[in-house]
Amino acid sequence: MIYTAIVFLPLIGALIAGLFGRAIGDRPSEIITTALLMISAVLSWVVFVQVGFGHETHKIQVLRWITSGELDTSWSLRIDTLTSVMLVVVTTVSSLVHLYSIGYMHEDDSRPRFFAYLSLFTFAMLMLVTSDNLLQMFFGWEGVGLASYLLIGFWYKKPSANAAAIKAFVVNRVGDFGFALGIFALFFVFKSINLDAIFAAAPTAVGKTFSFAGQDVDILTTIALLLFMGAMGKSAQFLLHTWLPDAMEGPTPVSALIHAATMVTAGVFMVARLSPIFELAPNALVVVTFIGTLTAFFAATVGLVQNDIKRVIAYSTCSQLGYMFVACGIGAYGVAIFHLFTHAFFKALLFLGAGSVIHAMHHEQDMRNMGGLRTKIPLTFWAMTIGTLALTGVGIPHLFGFAGFHSKDAIIEAAYAAHTPNNYAFWVLVIAAFMTSFYSWRLVFMTFFGETRADHHTYDHAHESPPTMLIPLGVLSLGAIAAGFVFKDYFIGHDEAEFWATSLFRSESNHILHEMHQIPAWIGFAPFVAMLSGFAVAWLYYIQAPWLPAATAKTFRPLYLFLLNKWYIDELYDWLFVRPAFAIGRFFWKGGDGAIIDGTIDGTAAGVANVTGRVIKLQTGYMYHYAFVMLIGVAALLTWLTYNAGLLGSVAR
Amino acid sequence: MTIGLGHYLTVAACLFTIGIFGIFLNRKNVIVILMSVELMLLAVNINLVAFANFNGDLVGQVFALFILTVAAAESAIGLAIIVVYYRNRGSIAVDDINMMKG
Repeated sequence: MIYTAIVFLPLIGALIAGLFGRAIGDRPSEIITTALLMISAVLSWVVFVQVGFGHETHKIQVLRWITSGELDTSWSLRIDTLTSVMLVVVTTVSSLVHLYSIGYMHEDDSRPRFFAYLSLFTFAMLMLVTSDNLLQMFFGWEGVGLASYLLIGFWYKKPSANAAAIKAFVVNRVGDFGFALGIFALFFVFKSINLDAIFAAAPTAVGKTFSFAGQDVDILTTIALLLFMGAMGKSAQFLLHTWLPDAMEGPTPVSALIHAATMVTAGVFMVARLSPIFELAPNALVVVTFIGTLTAFFAATVGLVQNDIKRVIAYSTCSQLGYMFVACGIGAYGVAIFHLFTHAFFKALLFLGAGSVIHAMHHEQDMRNMGGLRTKIPLTFWAMTIGTLALTGVGIPHLFGFAGFHSKDAIIEAAYAAHTPNNYAFWVLVIAAFMTSFYSWRLVFMTFFGETRADHHTYDHAHESPPTMLIPLGVLSLGAIAAGFVFKDYFIGHDEAEFWATSLFRSESNHILHEMHQIPAWIGFAPFVAMLSGFAVAWLYYIQAPWLPAATAKTFRPLYLFLLNKWYIDELYDWLFVRPAFAIGRFFWKGGDGAIIDGTIDGTAAGVANVTGRVIKLQTGYMYHYAFVMLIGVAALLTWLTYNAGLLGSVAR
Repeated sequence: MTIGLGHYLTVAACLFTIGIFGIFLNRKNVIVILMSVELMLLAVNINLVAFANFNGDLVGQVFALFILTVAAAESAIGLAIIVVYYRNRGSIAVDDINMMKG
């Protein structure tokens, strides 16, 4: 009952606000959805304690869904530790974002719609994380995609928001195509899409191959890669990441909820949930690691030079997702989920903080027009600072640290212990950590320190946000500080095996967590050093010598432009896909539709008109013309009858 | 040279053809058409009378008288229509009578 309530309360809220929002008014819609979400969040924590520490796992069948041939799918909730962690993350952040939105959106005139979408999203996300079979997961997967589309395009009068919404949807389709193919393949191989059945049968499929284009391809590797393709789309990994920065066109609470804390982590969750399959496909894991590393590095480099406050955080999100995938790829699923857990708190905090800044600055998002806001909005400043401390992983080894210190550094340590070729994962992640620190502090320094670059009117009217916005910031700050060291032992420490129980799977050759603790001492300090030097460089560039950034950009202009234009990926896609698509479209439009189809139809019509035009000319209206025609006819008939006397005879008879 | 049936028929055919051409080649006014129609009727009458005489049967000549009567009535009605038409349209030129044009 409690589990069903957690999942369906947001749906009820969404239905009430969505269908009756106009009737019951703005404020009641807000209160109803937020209250239901808060109840759901409280219940989630209860479940988290029950399941995570009490080790109760449940499976609740809500209804039988599809039964067709061998396919037997129920709508059921799978409650184990992994689910309970995700429940906590989703409902907590979601309820805080609901509360925050009451303040942030107070000027908007379609708030019931906004809150309905938010609740709908939460429901879909809960459906995803509680899924017991892949079809249900796919339902949630598409549900969050839909909600994301609706929320990015919430301000539908803005063309850029519509474009971003469509882009997010289309790019996600590419990933979902892979995901769907993966599900089909799983059903084809195992004759079931229920997780338990698949997990039980997975070891029997090891080493089996199928023939594709004359090659023998490993089945499990293919499936894992297809599934990972879905994860790449949803979690904005390299090559399918382009939608995430554009998604910042949506309202800021949406960015915090969907594009930082919950939906984009669905890919990580999926890989962790399907760990029994991924574990048996080591080649696929190599790809996962590589893509994760590449994304972590790529997004961090782009984040260095962005000027839009939300885009910096968006690229940061992208980069941190890369970290999580690295952890998945090297088999440290618990570490990945731990980072997902802590990241949700501090990244939502950063986004909501950024929202608070934007709110204070009257919807100014460009950091070049900010600065000196520390004294104007002190509470937001402290929240953002805590978020940054957590993101950059500030902490003293073996003593105390913010959330990111425990989770991110654990990923870096695990990357070292995993012995990737040349230890590339480790080194790249350390470099990315340095850049993370740099761009995070750059954001703080550009926004809150120095002389203000905003115009006087905006600066003078900058004001601290209302309590509905500050309370979520406070709660999330608490999470960003404490989520790390409170849960460290359970998620990745010595209680780890007991905590996760059967929800995560590690093959017998996977000793990553053990090896993590056997690494040399200096490895533990590497991210610490990277973080400190990033801070130092940011301080040098944006506090000590504010002329340095421009000078550096000038010196390394090609590199700067390369990063500023996001590695020209969008341009590449434009050249590779969009323009050929346009060309093909134009060809079919002008050539196929215009020339052939319209040509045929219009040609026929014109031909008919032409013929009838000639026929019309016969009808001159002159009596004597008609009479003449009659005469000709009579003459012709008579002639004919005369020459066919036989016929005439037969007619006469 | 005796004048036989063939001569009568030739005259009638000539008159009939003149009548037909009078209808089709006439561009002036409707009265000429009416006159051409009369001409064609007379050609037919000549045929009837000629055949009646040739066959020694008076029925053909009686028919010719009927046709003359009907033709007189028809001419009266035709002329009446033309007068009314002229009042309405202000012209009885054949080129102007094309209201049945499609």
